[in-house]
Amino acid sequence: MNEAEIKERVAAFLGTHDPGGDRLEFLRARFDAGLAWVWFPEGLGGLGVARELQQVVERELAGTPQINTGVQGIGLGMAAPTILAFGTEEQKRRFLRPLWTGEEIWCQLFSEPGAGSDLATLATRAVRDGDEWVVDGQKVWTSGAHHSRWGILVTRTDPEVPKHRGMTYFVCDMHAPGVEVRPLRQITGEAEFNEVFLTGVRLPDELRLGEVGDGWRVAQTTLMNERVAIGGAPVRRGGGMAGPVLDAWHAYPELRSHDLHQRLLALWVEAEVTRLSGARLREQLVAGHPGPEGSGMKLSFAKLNQALSGFEVEFRRDLGYDDWTFRRSEDVDFYGRGAGYRYLRAKGNSIEGGTSEILRNIIAERVLGLPSEPRVDKDVPWKDLPR
Amino acid sequence: MTLLYSEVEEELRAAVRGLLADRCPPAAVLKRIESGPGHRTLDDSVTPMGDLDLWKTLAGEIGVAGLLVPEELGGAGASASEVAVVLEELGRAVAPVPFFTSSVLATQALLPTRDALLGELAEGQKTAALAVSFAASPYRPLRGAPVRVEDGRLSGTVTGVAGADVADVVLVPVDGELYATEGAAVEVVPSLDLTRPVATVTFDRTEARRVGACDLAGVLRSGAALLASEQLGVAEWCLDTTLAYVKDRHQFARPVGSFQAIKHRLADLWLDVVRARAAARNAVADPSPVSVAVAQSWNAAVAVHAAEEALQLHGGIGMTWEHPVHLYLKRAKAAEIALGTPGDHREALASLAGVPGPE
Repeated sequence: MNEAEIKERVAAFLGTHDPGGDRLEFLRARFDAGLAWVWFPEGLGGLGVARELQQVVERELAGTPQINTGVQGIGLGMAAPTILAFGTEEQKRRFLRPLWTGEEIWCQLFSEPGAGSDLATLATRAVRDGDEWVVDGQKVWTSGAHHSRWGILVTRTDPEVPKHRGMTYFVCDMHAPGVEVRPLRQITGEAEFNEVFLTGVRLPDELRLGEVGDGWRVAQTTLMNERVAIGGAPVRRGGGMAGPVLDAWHAYPELRSHDLHQRLLALWVEAEVTRLSGARLREQLVAGHPGPEGSGMKLSFAKLNQALSGFEVEFRRDLGYDDWTFRRSEDVDFYGRGAGYRYLRAKGNSIEGGTSEILRNIIAERVLGLPSEPRVDKDVPWKDLPR
Repeated sequence: MTLLYSEVEEELRAAVRGLLADRCPPAAVLKRIESGPGHRTLDDSVTPMGDLDLWKTLAGEIGVAGLLVPEELGGAGASASEVAVVLEELGRAVAPVPFFTSSVLATQALLPTRDALLGELAEGQKTAALAVSFAASPYRPLRGAPVRVEDGRLSGTVTGVAGADVADVVLVPVDGELYATEGAAVEVVPSLDLTRPVATVTFDRTEARRVGACDLAGVLRSGAALLASEQLGVAEWCLDTTLAYVKDRHQFARPVGSFQAIKHRLADLWLDVVRARAAARNAVADPSPVSVAVAQSWNAAVAVHAAEEALQLHGGIGMTWEHPVHLYLKRAKAAEIALGTPGDHREALASLAGVPGPE
C-alpha cells in the first residue's frame, strides 16, 4: 500500500465517520478501520503496512479527535508492542482496542525496591494454584498506577533456577483484590509515581503473557520499546528542552552574560546534532535498516535535558519554585511547569527506563562488542543470591 | 533530502577503502613521514609529504579528482555527498593525498569561473592549492589580505597554506578576484599535521593569470561543510582501533575493555561519533550556514576527543612514534583549527541560529 492508497482509505473513513461527533465512537471506528497504528496487523487496529505510512495517516487526521499519548504512554509504547509480540490471539483482541482508544490505561510493574538496574533479580512471587496464579510482592516507580486498568507485570515463578530463567510475565488486573496503590512523592513535590503492593492477588492463567519461565525475554521486548519511546520522539530545531530555555533567553536579555552565552551555544549545537541523529535513525527505520543508534538516543536525551534545564535555572537567577504541593500528577510533561520543576524532573531521565550507566553497558557490550564484566550471579539459583 | 548513504556512495566508499587498505596502511604512512617534510635531503631540498603515486591511482583509476567538476568540463558531475564519502575514507587513513586541498578547496574556487584548468585537475594531471591560510574561516576569509596585484603580477606572502607542497598551480584570491600561477615560491614548514603539512607561499612580482571572480567566504564554507566528513573518518578510525585494542589488551587477567571505566568512555565516544555522522551528512544534504557551523563545531571537537581518547586508552604504546595514533591526533588537532575553530563556528551561530549574546 502506498501513500495515495492510504490517503484514499483515510478519506473513505472520514466520509462515513464524523470527527465532530462522539470522541470515543470516532476513535473506536478509527481503530476498526485499521488507522490506529497502520503497521499492526489487520483486525488489530492496523493494515499490516510499513510503519512510515502512519505519518500520512496522522497528517490526514490532524484536527480530528486524538488519543492522549501522555496518559496512554506506557500502554502505547510498551504494553502494546509486547502484547503484539507475545500475546495469544484472544489477548490481542481483548486488550489492544481499549488500550489504543484510551478506555483502558496501562502501567508497568517492573522495578522493585530491591531490583532496579538489576531487574532480573526481582522478588515478586507468582505461585500457581490450579488455573490461577497467586502474586505477592512490591513494585515501585509505577507511573500512573492510580488510574490504570491493567499493568504489565514481571514475577518470579521459579526461585530454584538462575535469575534470568525463573521469571514469568503477566497482565495484572489493577482492580483485583490485594492490589494497593500508594502515591510516592518525588523530589519535584508531586507524586507522578506510585508504590504498588501486591498481596495474595489472584490472576487467571489467561492473563499470562508468553511461556512460564520466559518472562525475561518478554520483558526485553518491553524495555527495548521503552527506550525508543523515551528518547526517540521527533523534535524540531530548537525544540524539546531547548524550547523553554531559548524562550527565556529571548525574554530576559538583561540576564545574559558572555559565559552563559558560550555555554548556551555549545548546548544548542549538541541539541541540534542529537536531533539530527534522531532524524537519521528514523530514516534508517523507514528504509528497513534499523541501526544500533537507537540505543544511544535515550542516553543523549537524558544528558541534554539535564544540562539544558540546569542551565535555565542558573540563567533565570530565580530562587523560587512554582509549587511544592503534594499531589498526584495526571500527566507527565518533561517540558511543562517552571524551570525549577523541569530541572528536578529531568534528574529522573537518566534513571527511568534504564539508568544511563546501564545504557552505556548495553552500548558497550551489544553495539561495540566489548566483553562483559566477570559475573558472580549467572549460574547461581535465584534463591541463593545475596540480597 | 536524506541523511543516509546511497548505494553509489557505498560502492565508491568500498573502492576507496580497498585501495587505501592496500596502498596506504598506517604503517606505510608512518614510514613516509620519516623522509617527509622537515627532513631535508643532502642537497637541501625538501621531500614533499604527498604520496603522488597513490594520488595518481585515486585520481586516475577511481576518478575522485573530478567528482565536483561537471561532465562538460571533464569531470564526473557528482555531488558533495560522494565527495564526503571519499573524505571519510581518506580521514580514516590519514592519507597524504591532495584530495581536500586540490579537488575540494581549489576546485570549488575555480568552479564558478569554468576555467579549463578544471579539466586538468579533474583528470589528476595537475593539482592546485588555494593560497589562503588553512586557519582562515568563512567568517574571516582573509587573515590580513597578504597578497597584492601590480601590473598583473602578485606580491606578498601567505602562511599556513595546505597542499601547496604538491601543487602544480597556486590559486590566489585577491580582492574578490582569483589568480592562477605556477611561479610561486613554496616553502614547507615543520607542521603539527605530519600528513597534511602547511607551507609558506611567497610571491615576488610573480606572473599570474586572472581567472575570474572568487567568493572566498563561500569557498571556505563549502570546504568546512566537507571537512566535517574527513573529521568523522578520523574519529571513526580512532574509535574502531581503540575498540580492537581494548578487546585484545589484557591487564589484571582480563581484557581492559571489560572494565566499566573503559566501556563507559567508549560508549560515550560512540555516541559522539554517531552524532558526528548525522551532522556530517546534514552538512552535505543541506549546506546552509547553520548546518555547516553545527557540523564543524561538533565534528572538529569529536575528532580531537576521539584521538585523545584513543591515545589514552592505548596507554604507553599510544605515546610512541611507532604507533600511528599520533598521526590522527595531529590531523584532528590541525583540522580543528582549519576553516574556523569550533568556537568560531559557535560564535557565528549566535546570529545564524538567533541566539544573541549579551546586549
